[in-house]
Amino acid sequence: MLRWFQSPATETQITHGQRLWLYVIAVITMVLLVTPTLIVVPMSFSDSQYLEFPPETWSTRWYDHYFGSPEWMLATRTSFKAAFLTMLVATPIGVLAAYGLHCSKIRFVRAAFVLMITPMMVPVVLVAIGAFYAYVQLQILYTITGLVLAHTVLALPLVVIVTGSALKSFDMSQEEAARSLGAPRWKAFLTVTLPQIRFAVVTSALLSFLTSFDEVVVAMFVSGGDNPTLTRNMFNALRDQIDPTIASISTIMILVTTGMMVLAQLFGQQKKSTKPSE
Amino acid sequence: MEAVRTNELGLRRDEWLERMKLFGLGSPAILLILVILVIPVGWLFYVSFIGADGTFSLENYERMLKRKSYARIFQTTFEVSFLTTGLCILIGYPLAYFIAGLPNRIANLCLITVLLPFWTSLLVRTYAWLVLLQKRGLVNEWAISLGLWDEPIKIVHNMTGTLIGMVHIMLPFLILPVYGAMKAIDRDLMKAASNLGASPRRAFWTVFFPLTLPGLFAGSLMVFILCLGFFVTPAVLGGGKVIMVSMKIVSNIELFVNWGAASALGVVLLVSTMVILWIASRFLNLEKMTGGGH
Repeated sequence: MLRWFQSPATETQITHGQRLWLYVIAVITMVLLVTPTLIVVPMSFSDSQYLEFPPETWSTRWYDHYFGSPEWMLATRTSFKAAFLTMLVATPIGVLAAYGLHCSKIRFVRAAFVLMITPMMVPVVLVAIGAFYAYVQLQILYTITGLVLAHTVLALPLVVIVTGSALKSFDMSQEEAARSLGAPRWKAFLTVTLPQIRFAVVTSALLSFLTSFDEVVVAMFVSGGDNPTLTRNMFNALRDQIDPTIASISTIMILVTTGMMVLAQLFGQQKKSTKPSE
Repeated sequence: MEAVRTNELGLRRDEWLERMKLFGLGSPAILLILVILVIPVGWLFYVSFIGADGTFSLENYERMLKRKSYARIFQTTFEVSFLTTGLCILIGYPLAYFIAGLPNRIANLCLITVLLPFWTSLLVRTYAWLVLLQKRGLVNEWAISLGLWDEPIKIVHNMTGTLIGMVHIMLPFLILPVYGAMKAIDRDLMKAASNLGASPRRAFWTVFFPLTLPGLFAGSLMVFILCLGFFVTPAVLGGGKVIMVSMKIVSNIELFVNWGAASALGVVLLVSTMVILWIASRFLNLEKMTGGGH
């Protein structure tokens, strides 16, 4: 142990003992990054109104309350529906746009790219009130359609960036080969290019789903009535008081997000492991 | 000769058509962004110059300059953004440095601790802090049992709570680009520095640290820009005591239905974001150019 303290830690020969402070700070930071989120999970099973940790008596009463409430169930259905539809709309539109911009090397490409990532740069509050105003005019306020369109706009930059960078590292001469052998462009894209950028496409799809599922501010303005989202209701509940039901909903949301990311990882690993045999 | 030329012209026209067709593939995305984002935001610009009597006026902007409450909101917004960015650098940089020095397998494990909160819903994380920091919450309970303070103190529904939540949410945005910059550094440079007689501290500050600056700069910029327009966390953890620009925009619409005032605030927020991004992009390009020149 003592020898470890005196052994060099980096190329500059600084010893582990000399930079012990760094290890302490790093470990504390990592603990602080992870625990606040994870501690909600056991707390949601607490029987107390005040969500003790560790819970003195365990119960599922906050889950019963959540699953028994028609309002929360309606909101959950809306959130899943909106997220799923956002994924279905944003992914193909974004992949098409990324492909088009990548292949067409005309002058406007840079401007178009900047336009496509503006939803990321404009403060989300502005997107929200802008969409709110537009939806009143278009009479699609509080509809799933409106919600999905707004969330698609927010998800598009991610799809374009993720797919675009995959296309950049893809060797386009493969597609050219397919086309010179007689395949039309769409067929060459579907059978040659798409299978090779599929990891980026799946990642884009999952990110689109999560963008919509986790989004609060736009949903606050354009969802409601018969179609309120889970996040909208959660936010409104948080403004009033600390409702322990939110802990159970949070746990479920953590599960959904983690599930999505594990899926993405599995898909990525599958790609890596099948590659040598291909 | 003539035939060759017409053929060439035809080919060129075909190529141009093909490129336009490909560019057209982006049209659904472009159209959607125009209709849902650009046109409505353009309308907000217009509304911000319309006074209460329905004619062109600068009253929405004058109000911002005259009223002290608006000055305070802008001050709070910049204060929160600067403090959050600074704290993120102080906390995030050492962690990124620590992880970058680890062997790959362990580094990936440590990166999960950064990515896990990154994936988790912002609202869930804000709620978690609300529960932890409340008067009867875990932090107070543990601090009292450890003897750090005697009475439960107020750490949420104020500036402290807001900053804790914001730093927690923004940290991954800083750590990931800094980590990326650190991984790209050739560690032999450090060997060379110490071989030439530099102390570990000197080698770090004169060789390693300057090379991480582009990543640090990109990360800080990201954090700062995101903070400027932040809504959820200050709204929940600030308890009405920390009022940022985006919250005032929302309350102008939800409570007062004053589109002019909300739009003017929105325009100022958007313009300051864009100006910062524009200045930074010039600076970043310069950085790249000088980096490429070596």
